[in-house]
Amino acid sequence: MDAVMVEFSGVSSGYEGRPVFERLNLEIPQGQFVGFVGPTGCGKTTLLKTILGAIDPLSGIVRIMGHSIRKIPPGTIGYVPQLETVDWNFPVTVEEVVIMGLYNRMGLVPWPSKKEKARVHSLMNELGIDDCAHHHIRNISGGQQQRTFLARALVGDPKLLVLDEPTAGIDIKTQHDVLHLLGELNKNGVTIVLTTHDLNAVAAHLPFVVCFNKGIVAAGPPHKIFNAEVLKKTYGADVIVIEHGDHLLMSHGTPLSLRRD
Amino acid sequence: MEFLFEPLQYEFFRHGLWAALMVGALCGVVGVYIVLRGMSYIGHGLSHAAFGGAVVGYVLNINFYLGAGLWGFLAAILIGQVSKRKKIKEDAAIGIITTASFAIGVALISRVRKFTLSFEAALFGNILGITSSDLVVISVVTCMISVLLFLLYKQLLFTTFDKDAARIFGIKTELVEILFSLILAAAIIVSMNIIGVTMIAAAIVIPAVTARMLTDRFSHMMIGSTLIGSGTAVTGMYLSYYFNAASGATIVLFAASVFCLAMFYNYVRRLVLLHEHAHQHGVVQHLHEHPHATGHEHPHGEGIKDGVSTAQVSEGTMEKPSVK
Repeated sequence: MDAVMVEFSGVSSGYEGRPVFERLNLEIPQGQFVGFVGPTGCGKTTLLKTILGAIDPLSGIVRIMGHSIRKIPPGTIGYVPQLETVDWNFPVTVEEVVIMGLYNRMGLVPWPSKKEKARVHSLMNELGIDDCAHHHIRNISGGQQQRTFLARALVGDPKLLVLDEPTAGIDIKTQHDVLHLLGELNKNGVTIVLTTHDLNAVAAHLPFVVCFNKGIVAAGPPHKIFNAEVLKKTYGADVIVIEHGDHLLMSHGTPLSLRRD
Repeated sequence: MEFLFEPLQYEFFRHGLWAALMVGALCGVVGVYIVLRGMSYIGHGLSHAAFGGAVVGYVLNINFYLGAGLWGFLAAILIGQVSKRKKIKEDAAIGIITTASFAIGVALISRVRKFTLSFEAALFGNILGITSSDLVVISVVTCMISVLLFLLYKQLLFTTFDKDAARIFGIKTELVEILFSLILAAAIIVSMNIIGVTMIAAAIVIPAVTARMLTDRFSHMMIGSTLIGSGTAVTGMYLSYYFNAASGATIVLFAASVFCLAMFYNYVRRLVLLHEHAHQHGVVQHLHEHPHATGHEHPHGEGIKDGVSTAQVSEGTMEKPSVK
């Protein structure tokens, strides 16, 4: 049996005493690559914050690799925030952002050692952002920005990588590149948990999906759980599911009528 | 060079100059964090709170620095705690706590009518009344803050950039915030006597904002703000000597004019950059600034949208115009 990376036992979580979801039981095995999908306000981000320890659960127990969230070794979890939440005017370069991922294990001095700097640049090179190391974070493309924060999360060699809507605000090709990269990381043993609104990207790239709306609606491989009934239950709206060869395509809303002149 | 050495023959000026240099540097470096956290009002607020503490301390026969320092530190912690509750934003918390503290001081002054201390000096600064013991206090506080900021550089940078992410990455953000409140309160207390309650906000904000206009790198901003803070303080002292004007006000006025110069420089630099980038492709005119690949070649879409060209997907990586 796979060891468990993330375990929720009867967890209720929310803000100011008001739960967003209640009595959630969840196990994410080590080595899994799972995406949480659901409508805005369904509790995906609350779930993520609870995993990260950014908010304390109102009740229940959260364990990461069998330990309480407050007792896990530093660097166990890597986190990539939503790009929309980043302060792009803050005076930092790409290199400085990536080095932040090592701050909790660096020495007393403000600058990294030669070994730490080499590690940072090696990772940046792997992710294709070494050339823009000294660029301000505002002055790079959306894909490079996403990879910068991914590098920050990975530089500490985390066992669990948590990403909040990594496909938001970037174009289709870059989404593909980012998800492909995450797939490669997962093959190397990193457990990955992400939230997203992009059903098609999830269907194309992720082996396991959880449809979430204040609780688990369905969980499993996308080709098994992405159907009109499950998605209607998740989103509260009709979602059209089309099978095209090996691909699943999801769409919602009223189909356009085609004009014929 | 006579004009540089002439005022140095007076002990009061030497003391004032040394105090201005240290306080200018201190306000400059602390101001970087204040400005980047969007807390520019806090310098004004905490100095008012510390004023209340100073009066309370005087009434209770406690040393000025101790009374003002403790009160200022408590106010800083209280501001942090109140604004954690999302219903009350930081500026409101600052406004309530600091003005209430200031009001305590004013009320006490009106009640207790036997003050021998001039609180006008606290309000407007009295840099020329700096004694040797004041210099010792300022030097010790400056050294301690410098050491703390050096040791906490990484933690403060990460917490200022993204507090939630910093906590997730293992930074003890609560402890960092408490230590920063202590640093801030200490910097304001020692600066109050020099610059005064009414002008300390300017001394904290102007050097940092000026430095921000000149650089996009945090470390450069720290160095720049420290140099601008100390440089304008020293220059302001000399100007106040020769123009026979209040030293605190002259320092702030000179710093404000340096800020205006930096703004003008920035404006001219952008005009030059835009001019360099202006180019035409057929009927399409572009004036946008953007990161360059080699050879300044980039495919264009149908035309201008809001002054920025739309870019097609090119081979290899997608380069999206980054307009912020």
